Amino acid sequence: MKKSTKILLGFLFGIIALFWFYPFIIVIINALKGKRGIFQNPLWFTRDFTFSNFKTAYQALDFTSSFFNSLVITVASVIVITLVSAAAAYALSRVKGPFSSILYYLCAGTMLIPFQSIMIPLLSLFGKVNFLNRTSLVIMNTGLSVSLSIILFYGAFQGVSKTLDEAAALDGAYPFKTFVYIIFPAVSPMTGTVVILNAMKIWNDYLLPSLVVNKDGMYTIPLKMYSFFGETNSQWQLALAGLVLSMVPIIILFLLLQKQVMTSVTEGSVK
Amino acid sequence: MLIKKHQYLAFVLPAVFFILLIIVVPFLIGIYYSFTDSNGLRSSFIGWKNFEVLFQDSTFLQSFWLTVKFSFVSVILINLVGLAFALIVTSHNNRLTKSLRTIFFMPNLIGGILLGFIWQFIFTSAFQAIAAAFHLDFFKGWLSNPSTGFWGIVILFVWQMSGYIMLIYISFLNAIPKNTIQAAVLDGAKATQIFFFIKLPQLAPAFTISLFLTLANSFKLYEQNLALTNGGPYRSTEMISMYIYNTAFVNFQQGYAQAAGIILFLCVTIVSFIQLALSRKREG
Repeated sequence: MKKSTKILLGFLFGIIALFWFYPFIIVIINALKGKRGIFQNPLWFTRDFTFSNFKTAYQALDFTSSFFNSLVITVASVIVITLVSAAAAYALSRVKGPFSSILYYLCAGTMLIPFQSIMIPLLSLFGKVNFLNRTSLVIMNTGLSVSLSIILFYGAFQGVSKTLDEAAALDGAYPFKTFVYIIFPAVSPMTGTVVILNAMKIWNDYLLPSLVVNKDGMYTIPLKMYSFFGETNSQWQLALAGLVLSMVPIIILFLLLQKQVMTSVTEGSVK
Repeated sequence: MLIKKHQYLAFVLPAVFFILLIIVVPFLIGIYYSFTDSNGLRSSFIGWKNFEVLFQDSTFLQSFWLTVKFSFVSVILINLVGLAFALIVTSHNNRLTKSLRTIFFMPNLIGGILLGFIWQFIFTSAFQAIAAAFHLDFFKGWLSNPSTGFWGIVILFVWQMSGYIMLIYISFLNAIPKNTIQAAVLDGAKATQIFFFIKLPQLAPAFTISLFLTLANSFKLYEQNLALTNGGPYRSTEMISMYIYNTAFVNFQQGYAQAAGIILFLCVTIVSFIQLALSRKREG
């Protein structure tokens, strides 16, 4: 390729990227303005410049509390999902038999069911015993995620030679010990994938939390953002500052773990 | 056998418990619900009536066709854009293409509610400013009109999903052996020939995966729909998931909404089996 075409292509790609990134830019720019500045020109900076929206939005979103609710729910769910699905997948990969195949197909089958097709009975089931709080949300997140996680782990355990298990058994280790100290650590890349995929899904989820923990003191970030947006009543500067605050945690985490996140997302869909 | 029976059960039972409690039991109850007139408090069995009424309910039919139309359009656009991005970022290996990959993928990190609000601002305030500055009526009132409202959700969804689909295409493009392409170059193949005769055939499985991933996701779309248009104006942009939600939790027709949920399940299942059959056929 000629040098001039190369530069031209680079320039073209740069423009496309800028265009793609512009929605983020426009949100940040207008979060830094007063109401008048947004009205004058929402496309770029104006003289109207302020940081005060962030303070207002932070308080209105009750951000410390919503952040920790999101964090606790995500971390707890991801830990339970990872342990439960890794254990099950290990047994499935080591013991072949009718029960293992039934379970494998149960996982594959339940993955087909859209959440909207079970949300009404699920909610009435938990509502009847008056069990709608952060704990039950963790339980529901787990049930909704184990199927895919088991299938992902199963593939990884299949790739770990059974001679490792046999050697550990000869040394007198029980299956539980073999699993915890030898086999589970051997699939840590897949553990990373399972953690990242589920964490992203649960952190961003709105529909399920809105049905389960839509009450004072339990709000997660997306829930609080939704109600805050209704309250701001077209005061865009506040809504946008809230949006920026809500996006910051996941974007920082992504920039730190970029490569791992992108590999995980690919693995989760191709398998 | 290294794992004894009781040990095996200890490993699998927790997972079985969660799947049964959260998915299988509600699913079975859901099938029963769809044959009742449940309003959340009382219910009695009414046979196929919900389904008969659904197929004459113009709101349901409208949201169903809107979902089908939406899925069709977004599947095509997302795959085109995703493939184009994949080709762009794999064309060279330098700092620019690396940061492009990050930028293209970034919208996928953000949850549907936040995405909806971001684009609500763009379609209202930013578009209004463009309309005023360049006297272009095209940019006026996008979310207050059923057809541009529809395209608004499409644009949002393409922005969100293309980077994700790009990653799938990249993984398949990277799997093409380098020397195949080098050999073609030595034989004097042009860039377009390499694309159509070498890369494209290798991308066929990626295409199936991406196609059905986007299809399944667009059938289940809810949060973006809620935050961007909330189904408005006049329920004209209300897709099937939102229809189910509103019927169940706003109008409290839970049995009736569940019948729509069963129809959604059947659609997703049929689509998945077609995908399975297609990929089996290719492998066999």
